[in-house]
Amino acid sequence: MTIILLIAFIISLIHLSVSKRLKTYVSVLAFQGILLFGAAFIELIRINLVNLLFILLETIVIKSIAIPYFLNYLIRRNKITRESEPYLPDFISLVIVTAIIFGSFLLSGTMYTSINRLFFMAAFSGLFTGLYFIISRKKIITHVMGFLVMENGVFALTLAAGAQMPMLVNAGILLDIFASVLLLGIFVNKIGGILKEQEAGQLRNLKD
Amino acid sequence: MLGTYFTGALVISLLLLLNRKKNWNYILSVAFLILQCILTVYEFNHQGIQELKYFTADALAVILLVISCIISVPAFWHSYIYFSKGKWLPREQSIYFSALVILLTSLSGAYLSGHIAVTWIFVELTTFSASALVYHRRNLRTLEGTWKYLFVCTVSLTLVFIGILFLTMALQQVGLKNLSYSNLLANAPLLNTFWLKIAFLFIFTGYTCKAGLVPMYTADIDAKDKAPSPAGALFSSVLLNAGFLGIFRFYLILSHTGIFSWAGQILMISGFLSIFVASVYMYKVKNIKRMFAYSSMEHIGLIMLALACGPIGFYAAILHLVLHSFTKSSLFFQTGQVYRIYKSKSVYDTGDYFRYNLAGALVLLSGFFILSALPPSGMFISEFLILRSLFESNHYWILAVVLLLLTWIIWSMGKNIFKLLFIPAVEPQEMSMEKIPPWESLSQFILLALVVYLGLNPPFAFTELIHNAIKNLPG
Repeated sequence: MTIILLIAFIISLIHLSVSKRLKTYVSVLAFQGILLFGAAFIELIRINLVNLLFILLETIVIKSIAIPYFLNYLIRRNKITRESEPYLPDFISLVIVTAIIFGSFLLSGTMYTSINRLFFMAAFSGLFTGLYFIISRKKIITHVMGFLVMENGVFALTLAAGAQMPMLVNAGILLDIFASVLLLGIFVNKIGGILKEQEAGQLRNLKD
Repeated sequence: MLGTYFTGALVISLLLLLNRKKNWNYILSVAFLILQCILTVYEFNHQGIQELKYFTADALAVILLVISCIISVPAFWHSYIYFSKGKWLPREQSIYFSALVILLTSLSGAYLSGHIAVTWIFVELTTFSASALVYHRRNLRTLEGTWKYLFVCTVSLTLVFIGILFLTMALQQVGLKNLSYSNLLANAPLLNTFWLKIAFLFIFTGYTCKAGLVPMYTADIDAKDKAPSPAGALFSSVLLNAGFLGIFRFYLILSHTGIFSWAGQILMISGFLSIFVASVYMYKVKNIKRMFAYSSMEHIGLIMLALACGPIGFYAAILHLVLHSFTKSSLFFQTGQVYRIYKSKSVYDTGDYFRYNLAGALVLLSGFFILSALPPSGMFISEFLILRSLFESNHYWILAVVLLLLTWIIWSMGKNIFKLLFIPAVEPQEMSMEKIPPWESLSQFILLALVVYLGLNPPFAFTELIHNAIKNLPG
C-alpha cells in the first residue's frame, strides 16, 4: 500500500511540472499531504499514540488543509495572476523532472540499506523537483510552493529514517510548520503589500 | 542554571516585546546582559557537566560563549546609541531588542548543545530572530534582504536536517539511536562511511549559510549589510561562529573514521572558493559594510583551510575564529558611526574621515591593519600558523594562490579604507554632519586591544581551552 502512495506522490510531481495554473499547484500540494498522511499512518502505526496523532495532524491539518487554504487566500488577496509563469517551456520542464526522478531512482539504487528504497526515490524526487521549481519559476509565491514540495520530500525521508526516532520526526515537523508559517506570514503581511507584481525579478536591488 | 537562563531570557524577551516605555527597555536589556554574564561564568566553572539532558559545556562552547558575552555588551550599548539618535517608533524598538535577546539566547543554546538535532533547532531559531533584525528599517531593500535571508537559510537548514536523517540511518545500521555528540564520537568508527559522506555533504552545505562560506553565502552578505550595524556586528561574529560550530562538531566526529581526509578536502575546496569569491567581490564593492561582510567570508575561508590541514591548523583555526570575531565586530560598530556622519555607506559619498571623527578614524585605521594581519595584530600569529600548516601539509599551490589572493584583498580593502580616511568627499554636507563624541569608539578600541593581547600574550586559561577544544582531533 505504501508503495502505491509513494508512486502516486512521484506522479504528482510530474503533474506539477506541466501544470500552468497556480490553483493546480495548490491542489497538488493538498493531495500530496493526503498521500503522506496515508504513508505515515501505515509506516508509523507502531510508535506511541500521542506521537502518531501529532504526525497525522500535521500531515492532514497543516499540509492538506491549512497551507492550501492559506495559499488560496494569498492568491486572492494579492490578486496574483493565475499563471505560474515558468522560465522554461512545459516540455523541457517535463523532461527535467523526469530526469530528476530517473536520477533519484539510480541514486537510491546505489544505497546500501534495509529500508525500502522507494522512500528514498520519492524523497529525492520531491527534494530536487522542489529545488528545480524554485529556480525555474518567476513568481515569489511559486518559490514558496517549491519549498513546500521540498518539505514534502523531506517528510518522506523522515518516514524512512525516523520510524524508530520519534523525536527526530517531531523536530522535522516543527521545522515544517515553523518555516511554512514564517515564509507565508511574511508573504501575506509584507511582500504582498509592497511589491505589486510579486516576481522574483523585483528583488534585485541588493548586489555589488 | 541553563534552565533558569532560558526561562529568564524568554521572559525578558517577552517583556521587551510588550513594553513600550524606553527606560524599561534599557533596564530589561541590562538585566539580560547580567544573565548572560552569569551564565558564561557559570559554564566556565562547570565544564563537561551535562544539563537539561541535551546540553554540555565543553571547551569550544565555553570559548564561543565568552566571545558572545564580550561582544553582546557593546552590541547593546551601540543599539542604545542607535535608538537614541534616530526617530523610531516604540514598537520598532521593542521588536529590535526582543529579537536581539532571542538571537543571543538561541546562540548560547546552539553553542552549549551536546546533541546534533538540538544544535540544529537552535540555529533554526537564530534565522527567525536574525530576520526580525534585518527587517528593522522596514523599507523595500530591507524587505528584499529579509526575504532572501529567510528563504536561503530555511532551505539550507532543511539540508542540515536531511543530513541528520542520513546520519540516523548510519546509526540504525549498527543498532544505535542516540544522536548526542559524545555517543557519535565514541561510535564513529563503526558507522558506514557511505552514509556519513552524504550526511557530511548535506550538513556542511546547510551550515555554510550561517558561516558565510561558498556555496550558501549570498543571503548572509545582504543580511549583514541591511541589518543595523550593531546587529551586523553580531552576524559577522557570533552568528558566524555558530555556523562554524555546526561544521566543526561534525568534522570532529569524522576525524575518527576513514573519511577524515575526504572531509578535509571538502573543507579545503569550500574555503579556497570562499577566499576566491571574496577577493573578486572586494575588488568592486563600494559599500563599506558589504566590504566587511566579504572580508568575513575570506576569514572563515582561511579557517576552513586551516581545519583541513592538520594539528597546527586546528589550533590556528580556533584562535583565528576568536580574534576575527573581536576585530570584525569592532569594525562593524564603527561603520554605524560612518553612516551617521555621511548618511551613506558608499565610498563615493564618504571621505576625509579623520577630520570629522578622529577616534573613529583611528579605529578604522588600526582595525584595517589588524584585519590584514600586520604585526602586532594577534591575527598575524593565527594567520601565520594557518599558512604554516598549509605549507607543512604540502599544499604548496594552494598556499601560493591564497597568498596572492590575500594580497589582492588587502589592496582592495586598503583602497576603500584609505579613500574613506584621507581623500576628501566630493560634496561634503558639513553643516548637517553629526559630531560624534570620542567615547563612543571606546568599545571598539577595547575589542581591538583584546585582539593584540590575545595574539601576543595569550593567557594560559585561553590556550588551554583551545587545546581542550581540539583534543579529540588527530595529531
